Amino acid sequence: MGDAVEPAEGGVVIDFLGEVAGWFADPANWTGNRGVPNLLLAHVSLSAVAVAAAALISLPSAIYLGHVRRGGFLAVSLVNIGRALPSFGIVGVMYPVTLAFALTRSPLGYWATLIAMILLAMPPMFVNAYTAIRDVDPALTEAARGMGMREGQVVRRLELPLGLPLIMAGIRSAAVAVVATVTLGAWVGYGTLGTYIFVGFAQGDEVLIFAGGLLVAMLAVVTELGLGWVERRTDQTHHGRRRQGARPLAISDEVVATRP
Amino acid sequence: MTIDWGWIADHVDDMWSTTVEHLILTVIAVTVGLVLSLVLAIVALRWRRSYAPITWVTGVLYTIPSLALFTFLVPVFGLSLLTAEVALVSYTLLILIRNIVAGVNGVPAHVIEASRGMGMTDRRIFLGVQLPLALPAIIAGVRIAAVTTIGLVTLTVLVGQGGYGVFILRGIRRQFLTEALVGTVLSVLMAVAVDVVLIVVEQWATPWSRRRAAS
Repeated sequence: MGDAVEPAEGGVVIDFLGEVAGWFADPANWTGNRGVPNLLLAHVSLSAVAVAAAALISLPSAIYLGHVRRGGFLAVSLVNIGRALPSFGIVGVMYPVTLAFALTRSPLGYWATLIAMILLAMPPMFVNAYTAIRDVDPALTEAARGMGMREGQVVRRLELPLGLPLIMAGIRSAAVAVVATVTLGAWVGYGTLGTYIFVGFAQGDEVLIFAGGLLVAMLAVVTELGLGWVERRTDQTHHGRRRQGARPLAISDEVVATRP
Repeated sequence: MTIDWGWIADHVDDMWSTTVEHLILTVIAVTVGLVLSLVLAIVALRWRRSYAPITWVTGVLYTIPSLALFTFLVPVFGLSLLTAEVALVSYTLLILIRNIVAGVNGVPAHVIEASRGMGMTDRRIFLGVQLPLALPAIIAGVRIAAVTTIGLVTLTVLVGQGGYGVFILRGIRRQFLTEALVGTVLSVLMAVAVDVVLIVVEQWATPWSRRRAAS
């Protein structure tokens, strides 16, 4: 690599990208255990399970605490801890732990990856949902109560519809982070798109590494755009989305999740 | 399944050296990221129309997983420090630029009018008034960037760098809980410590906000 600065460099890049294109064109890479469809399915299915589980755990408590306007400290702490927890480390710690509990009927590394992904997805979901419900204008909730709505109705008919775009933003942020990070499952034996990167590193095969990275990056972008589209559809206020960048991100602010 | 305290006692030297490596990787990324972000933020503030494309490009960089960025950079720079740092830096840009721009824009117009009335040039207003008043927002961004980067540095072991990722990767390979746990816990501890240091820096750098809080 070191002496690559010579006139032929442009040709080298084109050759390399040609090899990557060749990898994608090879039918052998699209069938069987190590084929793209199979690994993509494993990658997306574990991501979906993790996001769904994290939503079930975090959204009800976040919505309740937002409704009663308590637990701000918990929300801030959760984000800080979530940001500081390295997913690679959680996978590494959970791997021997889950093996010891003999959760081996599932594919190797499945539970370790799943637990790490749930931990990754919870903080952004919790904080966005909490903020969304808490920041509904108190004048509106008071008016709703004045009209005779019960607490459950205030949540269901006022706070949830108004908070939905921000709640969805939390789910999108979490999902993109999970889709990016599930890649690490390959290092504990759970086949994902990261398997190409893992095997590529082990064999020093830069084409395979690059192809795996490209697949992961494309999946992350597709998830971001797809859930962003859903998010805009949920905005019933018709005021458009709040302009991004209008104010600085604070430690306690709505969260954009981190993604290795 | 228990923690091997003997192993920990035997590897204090390793912990020290990986801590230094981890910190250096982090400091380089955040420093370079901050310098680049300041330049880009100044461009965005001076030519307003450039803000949207700048946040778009840095947003795309933010969306691409850093593991994927590693894989794109390995064919170019190999398993090197440069590969690790380019990916880490690109991840900090969006966070930092947004906070710098929002912080500077958040300075009240009457403050800038008063500065101008005192005869300050635009350049002096920016450096002497807007930037200092934006410091809390900027440091908030640096805190997010730093804590995030410390977590991501655990991955740079995959492109041949040191740091706590060395413990984690070896722990995985040997299914050895203690080693993976040590790497993880040390990474969290460093994130907390750096965050606390930055909070202290903020209080030291913005004495006026402390005075206001006291009064």
